[in-house]
Amino acid sequence: MDAVLAALTGAFLTVGIYLMLSRSLIRMLLGMTVLGNGVNLLILTAGRLTREAAPIIGSDQSVPGGLIANPLPQALILTAIVIGFAMFSFLLVLAYRAYQALDADNTDAMRVAEPEGGPHPPLSY
Amino acid sequence: MITDPTPIADYLLILPVVLPLIGAALLLLLRDRRVPHALIAMVVVLGMLVSEYLLLGRVLEAGPVSMTMGRWLPPFGISFTADVAGAGFALTAAFVTLLLLVYSLAGQRRGAAHEGAHALTLLLLAGVSGSFLTGDLFNLYVWFEVMLIASFGLLVLDGRNTAVDGAVKYGFPNFLATTLFLVALGLLYGLLGTLNMADIIRVAPSADPVAMTAIAALLLLAFGMKSAAFPVNGWLAASYHTPPAHVAALMAGLLTKVGVYALFRTMLALLPQSRDLLDPVITTIAVLTLVLGPLSAIAETNLRRALGFILIGGIGAALAGISLPSVAGVAGGGLYIFHAMLTMSALYLIAGLIEAVTGEIDSRKMGGLYGASSGLSILFFVMMLAAAGVPPLLGFWPKLLLLQAAFGRAGFAVPAGPDLWGVALIVALLLNAVLTLIAGTRLWAHIFWRQGSIGRTSEQHNTRLRRFTTGERTVALGATAVLAAAIIVVGLVPKTLFDASEVLARDMLDPARYVAATGLEATR
Repeated sequence: MDAVLAALTGAFLTVGIYLMLSRSLIRMLLGMTVLGNGVNLLILTAGRLTREAAPIIGSDQSVPGGLIANPLPQALILTAIVIGFAMFSFLLVLAYRAYQALDADNTDAMRVAEPEGGPHPPLSY
Repeated sequence: MITDPTPIADYLLILPVVLPLIGAALLLLLRDRRVPHALIAMVVVLGMLVSEYLLLGRVLEAGPVSMTMGRWLPPFGISFTADVAGAGFALTAAFVTLLLLVYSLAGQRRGAAHEGAHALTLLLLAGVSGSFLTGDLFNLYVWFEVMLIASFGLLVLDGRNTAVDGAVKYGFPNFLATTLFLVALGLLYGLLGTLNMADIIRVAPSADPVAMTAIAALLLLAFGMKSAAFPVNGWLAASYHTPPAHVAALMAGLLTKVGVYALFRTMLALLPQSRDLLDPVITTIAVLTLVLGPLSAIAETNLRRALGFILIGGIGAALAGISLPSVAGVAGGGLYIFHAMLTMSALYLIAGLIEAVTGEIDSRKMGGLYGASSGLSILFFVMMLAAAGVPPLLGFWPKLLLLQAAFGRAGFAVPAGPDLWGVALIVALLLNAVLTLIAGTRLWAHIFWRQGSIGRTSEQHNTRLRRFTTGERTVALGATAVLAAAIIVVGLVPKTLFDASEVLARDMLDPARYVAATGLEATR
């Protein structure tokens, strides 16, 4: 099971990095999302996959009775999903805004802040 | 079972994070009301300053302090652990932000408060303080993201096309960097089963060194992108000249320094064995960043882009502290972060005033400013000397410590011959100072000394200069002058700086006191 998920993580990361190498902002954004999901899978796998009981401790106990699943990676992933979603939403709006304002989805065409064929270094002094 | 509550005095540790978060929420609630937003933000930052000052005093006196949320003692709960580095940098960050808030009073557009500029500034500061004070790696990731989303907001608030372009170039690499950090966190958790920094210090030596070094390399890449180290620094020069000057100053002063601080913490305190294996890589990065940063600044005509490259050169000096893991080297690197937070913010603020008066962003079209404002020209010149590290200004002392450590590493007295890495660091540090000086004085000559813009008009009086408004002359220039005065005064008392930075370095290199503060035993 671990090996399958590890391979899946690898596939997600590969697809994510491939998409991010694109010049198109939307493709880069999709790559970011796939990469983020791959990382979440990675954390889940790194936290050891168990098929034991849910990590719930009975009201009359102070420690779990037997083996339970590791709850920490799930907490980490939950946090990462929320943050990743916020970032994705922002970047999506930003990409749309860039498309409106700069009329460009291709990053090569976005040269407002760094004009193409910039000036030569100052020659005096 | 632990039933005794956290001592009230320990809550001091989370005040620098709680205060700005509450302040930001409050300002968002009040954003449509006609209340003095800037004043509320300043009061909050003032409260942070007081709590961080008390915290630093306590840390200097009694060693690192730790507090764990909900008293779920480590390795279970999330710890906040402050040592001299964390508390000192957090204090500096709050000081810089306070002056930036004052500065922004002069140039603030109408409606900026309504759009949440002050709330975002406080949120950014909360992220910065949290990163400096946290004792948990995953928590550090969360603070990085808080910082990132706040800086996104501040970047695009202005809404100009250049700002949108800059935000795209800034956003993607930084989001990628935090994702890489998350990958490293997942692997580290899988390997060690803990993400508490103090616990990692205890467990890391017994883990597989090869796997640990792979993780350290990922962290180096992630934090290197955050701090704009050489091969992954393109985003900084592409974005830091696009937002308003006080926003750029906030980001230039604080954000990259948090990245370097995270590198210090992970490489020197958490994973020193992996750092030793990665040493050639780190040293190469430091040397290249040191030299290429100011070299690019010389070739640049856009004023704030040139400052960005000088800032990158300074990152190289701080990275040199990581490649020199002796007390002098780490103390020098830590002191350099402190110096760069103050000096780079001041330079960006001055650049904002220059752009306001000349109405230009390109240094070729500026000129004749010396006659228009001699005060501004003196400020710019002195701050440039400070950035290059001319004695007796603040920038000189960290460079001195770093050079001392580099000479120690080079070991010229050793019969086997000098260590080439050490020699390379010495050359790069000296070259950085000279190149920064050349870049800075050229900028000064072009903007202040030359009569008019470049070309045939260079001898004619620049008629396009406008006068300072009253607000700019008193508030903005005043805040910048206070920052510059702080840099000069602090530089005159090197003894205090040396003592504090030595404690910082000793706690980084031998984190026994750091681990003890969290209540964990030194070895498992």
